[in-house]
Amino acid sequence: MTETNAVRKYSTKKEFFKEYKKKSRLQEIWRMFLKNKLAVIGLVIFVIIVLTAIMAPLISDYENDAIKMNVSERLTPPNSQHIFGTDEIGRDIFARIVHGARISLLVGLSSVIIALFIGGIFGAVAGFFGGKVDGIIMRSMDVFLCLPDVLLALAIVAAFGTSLVNMTIAIGLSFTPKFSRVVRSAVMTVRDIEYVEAARAIGATNSRIILQHVLINCIGPIIVQVTLYVANAILTISALSFIGLGIKAPTPEWGNMLASGRAFMRDNAYIVMAPGFAIFITILSLNLLGDGLRDALDPRLKQ
Amino acid sequence: MIKYVVKRLLEMIPIIFALTFVVFTIMYFTPGDPTAVILGNEYTEEASMRIKQELGLDKPFFVQFVRYVGNLIRGDFGMSYITRAPVSEQLIGRFPNTFKVVAGAMLFCVALGVPIGVFSGTKPYSLLSNITMVIGLLGVSLPIFWLGLLLILLFSVKLGWLPSSGIEGFSSLILPSIALGANYMANIMRTTRSSMLEVIRQDYIRTAKAKGVSQRNIVRKHALRNAMMPTITVIGMNIGALLGGVVLTETVFSIPGTGRLLVESINNRDTPSVLGCLVIMAVCVAVSNLIVDLIYAYIDPQIKSQYSGGRG
Repeated sequence: MTETNAVRKYSTKKEFFKEYKKKSRLQEIWRMFLKNKLAVIGLVIFVIIVLTAIMAPLISDYENDAIKMNVSERLTPPNSQHIFGTDEIGRDIFARIVHGARISLLVGLSSVIIALFIGGIFGAVAGFFGGKVDGIIMRSMDVFLCLPDVLLALAIVAAFGTSLVNMTIAIGLSFTPKFSRVVRSAVMTVRDIEYVEAARAIGATNSRIILQHVLINCIGPIIVQVTLYVANAILTISALSFIGLGIKAPTPEWGNMLASGRAFMRDNAYIVMAPGFAIFITILSLNLLGDGLRDALDPRLKQ
Repeated sequence: MIKYVVKRLLEMIPIIFALTFVVFTIMYFTPGDPTAVILGNEYTEEASMRIKQELGLDKPFFVQFVRYVGNLIRGDFGMSYITRAPVSEQLIGRFPNTFKVVAGAMLFCVALGVPIGVFSGTKPYSLLSNITMVIGLLGVSLPIFWLGLLLILLFSVKLGWLPSSGIEGFSSLILPSIALGANYMANIMRTTRSSMLEVIRQDYIRTAKAKGVSQRNIVRKHALRNAMMPTITVIGMNIGALLGGVVLTETVFSIPGTGRLLVESINNRDTPSVLGCLVIMAVCVAVSNLIVDLIYAYIDPQIKSQYSGGRG
């Protein structure tokens, strides 16, 4: 529907091409993306969060502000010195949130990379070869899809313990089936296009075709999913930490800050406000970014 | 139609079997000695050997797995390492609470999400429509556990209207259902809205309008049925997520359900209980996926006719 409207805007074909020919595909996507105000807001917020995480040691001192207890200042409501207040043992909540961003982003990004790598291999192979290979791989992935990914991550954490590395692996593995599906369907859309046939005709090997011709051309939908799943991974980390099976205190992590603040929130509501808001705004920014990218990459989907 | 139901039921068996295998394998390779958990302070080499023999823990992996599945079919989930009571008893005691919360959340999502979605889809530029879009956008990003805490702060601590924990009576179900369902409500609302927008532009709607069908009937009879497909898909996909989220909801509201049992069992390294919880939740997801597929088949004439020789 939108497609016809887009064409209708230009009276002749010539006019239509004049506007679009000059720009490369990337520029065009970027232009589309910038048009979407919400997506730009999402990008800006996310960049700020990433910068905060990178510069955390410059913003506040990890040992003194985020870890060391300071009983004389416990449960101080927000004031000029502690803008988000202090927690039950007197640590500055702002400092803990700033340092917590590092863990969330680190685990979020690396677990999605794991999922993308393993799921990508399975999905690309399944989608490219089709037939029996596809059947076997996808049926086994379907089995995992039956278990909500939080539960799958929980099971893995339960078995191997709750270290930072284990959690990253657990979340990564629990997202793997979803990524195999995404990559598979993306691969299937480009598998039969002429340039793949051409590559095969000049004798390229299967692995070369998949890596150099197929995957490159389905990077769009994959990037969108990566964005949305980083949000999901960050949510899962804080969820696991919240129920006590993730990052443990005293390491600052948004989920465990909520869990420990919970007991004191009746009289000190502010204690659960900032950490929860940090999770919320991070996920919101990634969701906006992902939606915006999806619309920019595939304008047909836009409502 | 019956043929379809039977086919789908049969397809479920290998999936549940395979899932049990996966979960069993993960749990089997858990480092540490389970007899140390069972015996606690009474741990001796001898007692450990004796218990291993009793529970068949000294047997090879596959023998243990076959035995577990054999017992499972008879409804025996094994014995808890900690309470030494049958896991099935714990599950029967806990599961109804989980079911109540999930059903409540489901009801909340559908009863609120669908009508609001439909309304804002038919009147896309109205104020209400814009408000729901914003709520929908924010709602999908709200973490269940934070929303739960905020709801407790507002409705239990500040206003004192609703209980903040437990599972006694209807009023204690309201907050957990909202906390668990809000995310999916937003999702359902957005999906319904956009598919309604899509459908309302179709030719057959214009035809109906031209025929003089009232707006009310256009929405109810012509648009809604066609717009429902994506919504049902989203509802179906979210049931799994709801069951995952129930672990968090039960933690926030201290509800003694399956999710809580799972977390407690993981903390106590009580492997049979962990396995039992995971298996029961996986079965729930499989069953609800089946139900969604059946509703799908009922609504979508294409699937229906495939299985009823074109008469459906």
